[in-house]
Amino acid sequence: MELILFALDNLDLLLTRTIEHISLVGVAVGIATLTGVPIGIAITKSERLARAVLYLASIIVTIPSIALFGIMIPVLSLIGQGIGYLPAVIAVLLYSQLPIIRNTYTAINNVDPALREAARGIGMSHNQRLRMVEIPLAVPVIMAGVRTAVVLNIGVMAIAAYIGAGGLGTFISRGISQSDPRQLIVGAVAVSLLAIVVDYSLLALQKRLTPKGMERDTSIA
Amino acid sequence: MIQLDSLTKVFDTPKGAVVAADHIDMEVPAGEICVLLGPSGCGKTTTLKMINRIIRPTSGKVYINGEDTTGMDTQDLRRGIGYVIQQIGLFPNMTIEENITVVPRLLGWDKARYKERAREMMAMIAMEPDAFLKRYPNELSGGQQQRIGVARALAADPPVMLMDEPFGAIDPINRAVIQDEFLKMQQELKKTIMFVSHDIDEAIKMGDRIAIFREGKLVQSSTPDDLLAAPRNAFVESFLGEDRALKRLNLVKVRDVVSDDIGCVRPDDTLEAALARIDDFGYQSSILMVNDRRQPVGIITRSVARTTKGYCRDHFLGIPASVNLDDDLRKVASLMFAHDTTWLPCVDDDGRVCGQITQRSMTRHLGSRYRALEGDVSPNATALTDTTPKE
Repeated sequence: MELILFALDNLDLLLTRTIEHISLVGVAVGIATLTGVPIGIAITKSERLARAVLYLASIIVTIPSIALFGIMIPVLSLIGQGIGYLPAVIAVLLYSQLPIIRNTYTAINNVDPALREAARGIGMSHNQRLRMVEIPLAVPVIMAGVRTAVVLNIGVMAIAAYIGAGGLGTFISRGISQSDPRQLIVGAVAVSLLAIVVDYSLLALQKRLTPKGMERDTSIA
Repeated sequence: MIQLDSLTKVFDTPKGAVVAADHIDMEVPAGEICVLLGPSGCGKTTTLKMINRIIRPTSGKVYINGEDTTGMDTQDLRRGIGYVIQQIGLFPNMTIEENITVVPRLLGWDKARYKERAREMMAMIAMEPDAFLKRYPNELSGGQQQRIGVARALAADPPVMLMDEPFGAIDPINRAVIQDEFLKMQQELKKTIMFVSHDIDEAIKMGDRIAIFREGKLVQSSTPDDLLAAPRNAFVESFLGEDRALKRLNLVKVRDVVSDDIGCVRPDDTLEAALARIDDFGYQSSILMVNDRRQPVGIITRSVARTTKGYCRDHFLGIPASVNLDDDLRKVASLMFAHDTTWLPCVDDDGRVCGQITQRSMTRHLGSRYRALEGDVSPNATALTDTTPKE
């Protein structure tokens, strides 16, 4: 009861922080999609390159977010952006690469070889094949990667409050420093709820982007 | 016309070089279907796929309608060749219409023209345009999908088609139907087609010529009838099977064997007259009875004619079966076996009796081709001396 009252009292702040949180993750994953999808497509050309890129992306994900923020402070301080928005976005951008690149790579690679042969056999160029056949077929799996990235990074972004990036993490960090369980719990619950809501909205988007003729196959994604 | 000149493919594998196709020389005349036939790994698919460069030839040349394709742009070359594969390969993200019009769209046709073309193609493959064009491949049965696959290959009206076991994944009943439909289309379209199969019966049915492959070499290329009548060597013979004479039954029409010399009686004739006629024609057991329009209505048996008095119309038995001039001998043989008879009346399209076919005439017809070929005097038996395998 106390928690709900607290949340209602601070509704304005809660909303502001939520929007901040969404925009941070949105911008970062948005950029990550724009870079990760082309990378994922490009590495289908060479298995060795693919292995190297995916390995690198996996290593990045293993770096604890706190450590990553710590590493970036001195580097980004050179341009006066050691803490705050920029390092938070960069961290999320890096963490998003693995799910997005990996899903894109897998999806394009898993396009039925018969379809690829049919596409080649009727005279599509490499780019036409990608545009007309392979990418449309890969969209559900690529979108699943984007969803993974978003949900993963809604959590990561909560920690970015420690470097002053804002977002829902500020409730949690203040809750801890002020020994105020109300702020802590409201922050944590808000982060979880946000993750769930965003995941479902993206699932709906994924279904819309899935080519109509493939709807039957995507129930698992 | 498709010509292959010394077409060769060598695959580098970890176990060393493998010659998948060894100096293949052959020619498919315009408007004909040539079936490449052989066991798996014999090089037939490799040969086919070198024509549209799905597999790059190691050496040799491909000519299409007399033009050397070596210098042609790969995409242009492929857009000018219809391609149908066993897995069908319809694009699941595209509607049937989009699938059919994909090559015209790649070729930059304007919208009205390719939409019109999609409807034409649907009419050609006997599928209702309004019911199917807006649907997706996964809503169609396998047989319907492969019809669309054929329509897609034909949409830009290429003079040449490559078909890689196109009907292999379809159940036997639908396969026969689609084969028949395709042959009917081909009669009008007259495409030059190279067709890979591992099914001898399909090859006999579809092929104007059959090219038998073994271990990367072309062993024999002949018309189906010549192939069955005169296999070049023991391998071809064993591949065609012990029952190859029976397979030829498919290739011969009643029209080729029918004898128009048939004695008949009328319902108004007496049995006495019938018996006299049976003797005149030298029939062993019975004679056909026809009505005023010369349609077969029954048979009078010798025993009835000899022992009974009266008119034919009161003493006939039903006819076991009759065959049409365009039926093949396989059907005739089957009917003869089923009805335990050695002859059947033949009727024309109006149902009028125009002759008879006997077991004797069938065996004689098939046998005469063997006898002619044994002396190797037939002008039809194409010799491919330069590609004879070294065995």
